[in-house]
Amino acid sequence: MSAFAESVRTAVELIVHADPVLLRTVGLSLSVSGTATIFAAGLGLALGAWLAVARFPGHRMLVLLLNTLLALPSVVVGLVVYLLLSRSGPLGSWGILFTPAAMVIAQTILILPVVAALTRQLVGDSLRDGGDQLRSMGAGPMTCALLMLVHDRWAVLTVLIAAFGRAIAEVGAVMVVGGNIDGITRVMTTSIALETSKGDLPLAMALGIVLLAVVGVVNTGIGMAQRGHGSALAGVR
Amino acid sequence: MRDLASGSARPLVCLRDASVRFGSVQALRKVSVDVQRGDFIALVGPNGSGKTTLLRVLHGMLGHEGTRELADTSVVQAMVYQRPFVMRLSVANNLRLALWLARVPRGEWAGRAALALRRVGMSELGERPARALSGGQQQRLALARAWAIQPQILFLDEPTASLDPTAKKEVEALLAGFAADGMTLVMSTHNLGQAKRLARRVVYLDQGEIQRDLPTGAFFGDGAGARADQFLKGEMAWQLES
Repeated sequence: MSAFAESVRTAVELIVHADPVLLRTVGLSLSVSGTATIFAAGLGLALGAWLAVARFPGHRMLVLLLNTLLALPSVVVGLVVYLLLSRSGPLGSWGILFTPAAMVIAQTILILPVVAALTRQLVGDSLRDGGDQLRSMGAGPMTCALLMLVHDRWAVLTVLIAAFGRAIAEVGAVMVVGGNIDGITRVMTTSIALETSKGDLPLAMALGIVLLAVVGVVNTGIGMAQRGHGSALAGVR
Repeated sequence: MRDLASGSARPLVCLRDASVRFGSVQALRKVSVDVQRGDFIALVGPNGSGKTTLLRVLHGMLGHEGTRELADTSVVQAMVYQRPFVMRLSVANNLRLALWLARVPRGEWAGRAALALRRVGMSELGERPARALSGGQQQRLALARAWAIQPQILFLDEPTASLDPTAKKEVEALLAGFAADGMTLVMSTHNLGQAKRLARRVVYLDQGEIQRDLPTGAFFGDGAGARADQFLKGEMAWQLES
């Protein structure tokens, strides 16, 4: 049997038998990346909306920096968070290095630029379309921007899906700040990295397939909600 | 720009020596105009003559040189655009949003929204997604949204330019009704027939300056003047190119 076919078979077995270790690992992946996405959404949507309407010296530079941070290497984020949270670091007293909390912080920092930069672009485009109308109705600049988040809520959701995807698929940051401790900080991607290093390529590949399947299920649910909304818009409900 | 509020005997909006420049383009040159209560003014003129800029200045949406005085601080204004922007919400929620932004007490929202929808003949469409409406219906929603906040003055930027003849007729009927109710309207339009049918006063703009400001009858009689006359005959574009 080819390695790929064996990987698929292993993945199916892991899912069908509801392997407890797999479920725990998937659960931790979802909770860490989901929590990071919620934090990044709270901060990034507000930051992106504000950047779409604010004008101040250095605004262009800040936008350029934000766009540059889209390419932020996850391992660099892990390293920075590690230095901050290590015993000798400024936040060492928190004592959260090698815990899921540290992983959430690292992933939040990693995906915050994604949410903020895409939101800024999205809100900016919509303001060109309807900003004048909203201002004429009495909305201030920040109110206009926040209303555009409501107006473009399905596109905003797509931004958050992209951010969640970046978080759950990254390995560098969670490996550095989580330490890949079995049962405590081991997530799907660090499991895959571990199995690959041990030479168990079929299992590593199987875990990769499971990871994709999990993200696929999440996206399918959101996609169905979006399609439902689209039907409503077309008056077909 | 100076915005001042003063006694109620004055015009609703009094604009003096307003100038606006966009880069190297002088969009308005020392324009002075009074908008009186109950006026229905049509702003006409060739493309790029400054109609939309003047509307935005009158509405207080655009910075300018010169002064703009309102009759009093409580003058409620609204504006309807050529291509109405409606939120991806239901029709009723678009109206509620307008009322919220206009700081109308929450207790009045339902009544005002229902009245506004009835006014524009859309009572049955309150729960429809606003973006699913036709262009004409969206423009009627924009008019309902403006009407709901009970503005003393309504600015309209070519409100029927992108509508089919039926929708155009519906919108014109609504505007005539608003004017009959005593609402002050200032509308830019390329449609001279529409200006003639609806407006009581015509302001002709050319190259950022007001060339004529006359009662409608006088303007379409023999008071338009040479360049406005060319515009009325549809010869302006040819003249500009020659």
